[in-house]
Amino acid sequence: MITFVARRALYSLPVILVASFVLFWAVRSTFDPLAKLRQVNDPQAIQRAIEQMGLDRSIPEQYLIWLRSFVTGDWGVSSRTGTPVLPLIGEALWPTLQVAFWGLVVAVVIAGAISVFSAVRQYSIGDHILTGASYIGIAMPAFWFGLILIQTFAVWPREAFGLAEPPLFFIGLHSSGSSDPLDYLRHLVLPVSALMIALVATWSRYGRAAMLDALASDYVRTARAKGVPRRQIIWRHAARNALAPFVTVVALDAAVLLGGLVVTEQIFAIPGMGRLFLQSLVAADVYVLLPWMIVVAVAVVICNLLADLGYALLDPRVRLR
Amino acid sequence: MSGVGQAVSGELIGEQQSSTGSAVQIMRRFLRHRLAMPSLVVLVLLLVVCFGAAVIAPYPRGLQDLLLGPTGPSPEHWLGTDEIGRDYLSEILYAGQVSLAIGLAVAVLSTLVGTALGAIAGYVGGWIGELLMRITDLFLIVPAIALIAIIVQGLGPSPVTIVLALAALGWTYIARVVRGQVLSLRERDFIDAARGIGASSVRIIASHLLPNLVGIVVVAMSLSVASAIIVESTLSFLGFGVQPPDTSWGAMLSQAAGYVGTDRVYLLYFPGLFILVTVLCVNFIGDGLRDALDPQGKQL
Repeated sequence: MITFVARRALYSLPVILVASFVLFWAVRSTFDPLAKLRQVNDPQAIQRAIEQMGLDRSIPEQYLIWLRSFVTGDWGVSSRTGTPVLPLIGEALWPTLQVAFWGLVVAVVIAGAISVFSAVRQYSIGDHILTGASYIGIAMPAFWFGLILIQTFAVWPREAFGLAEPPLFFIGLHSSGSSDPLDYLRHLVLPVSALMIALVATWSRYGRAAMLDALASDYVRTARAKGVPRRQIIWRHAARNALAPFVTVVALDAAVLLGGLVVTEQIFAIPGMGRLFLQSLVAADVYVLLPWMIVVAVAVVICNLLADLGYALLDPRVRLR
Repeated sequence: MSGVGQAVSGELIGEQQSSTGSAVQIMRRFLRHRLAMPSLVVLVLLLVVCFGAAVIAPYPRGLQDLLLGPTGPSPEHWLGTDEIGRDYLSEILYAGQVSLAIGLAVAVLSTLVGTALGAIAGYVGGWIGELLMRITDLFLIVPAIALIAIIVQGLGPSPVTIVLALAALGWTYIARVVRGQVLSLRERDFIDAARGIGASSVRIIASHLLPNLVGIVVVAMSLSVASAIIVESTLSFLGFGVQPPDTSWGAMLSQAAGYVGTDRVYLLYFPGLFILVTVLCVNFIGDGLRDALDPQGKQL
């Protein structure tokens, strides 16, 4: 397994390098890294920056200069805040990881439960309702759903019942100075719901199909013929086998989840990676945009790697090489 | 020689298509589809009212009534009016022109590029195919919305750059699907036969492969209309999409987001509902096409 991880990490390295070069090229040819300096109109400072970043050289050369400082931990200084980029991204990671983690866990559990229910009771009323709901979940812009959630579960009940504070909060991840778990939970519910709706809708449809496949297989028929209890057939025989393809779909959506965070963090004012991205993009802060993209790409690659490991754990027939 | 080739491969393609049925049968299956047919009607209706807004919309575009100000839905203004007294229904219909046009343009563009490159990657293979597929892999590891936002912001937001940015990512999905299909078609007897009698690669792709790809491409295209409309609205909501004075459903939602918690919150619901209904219809039509083109559910 260690050789597998090492091999995959080695294989991912060129992918990330190529991706970083393409991003570097795209960002450099569309954004002017000196825009901020030009406003001040200080020819000396501009000249210094040009020499430092090698802006008078070709793009591949500039990329190598940038890559060397990136790898050595010198990620430059944000032109928006004037502070080093590395701690800026480090601070933004933590809130994002929390929302992503809870979003992922809750979405997997709910999508899994819906998959098993819908497949076991195929064509029942419940199945039809859930399938219909998944169509709507897929067809809805997530930010719109998030705004409706705020109106329905935070703003409206407070006004209707004259409460001092809304039952669920929609700004940030905790009230200032509070470390109360209940307070944390009341902050998490809405962003996590907005983040996971589309994922639950997509995953439950894949999961339902995978579960139906498993239920129609020979080993389930054999188990039924042997008189294995129904509950045991569903959970031990079918669900365990349906889990492997399900995990693959979940992992492939890692980038979608991170993209959803950009929207979620914006709506719920969570100071994470998504907000950092939007603020940097508005300010054309190329010094943050590039490292941001690369950190996210590495995160997605790690997720895919974990998925492959999970697949092998779930399906002993798969050998990791 | 080429005449004989056409006859022989034509027959074999005929055989190929008999498994999915003639055009008439496909049409009949689609018309009977419980969700697809009503969806098609609704979508056509939406297209007509949006693009015919100049005639159909109850009020002219951008007509302000500052004395009236914001009002709720009423017999005069079915969906109410906004801050500056503009009829919200009329605004939505005009905004729909941009949203729908972007959705359709992105689908057409990414389908053309994706199908061509996917067919080349699948049929020619070799280092060209490998390179194309590695490029599509790259797009899987960065969040699409972030990349699109950077491209649009870099090029300057306008409906044209939005279409280009969405298509720049959208073609990868279609190329992937088409390549998979071409890889399996390539091994079939009728392609061998065409090759055996000396048909050129261009000819094999154009007259033997592409006709067999129609089903899968049409379904992928409908999915790409749906995702383009959603992504455009998200982009506009984040502030990197359609800019005033142009407007789209997403841009209207972006405005209405500020009304959460006020008595004008009803303005938030309508543009979103239009997006929801449009995307639902497109997805149902896609499902209907899939079922009609491939009733056994084998290929698509």
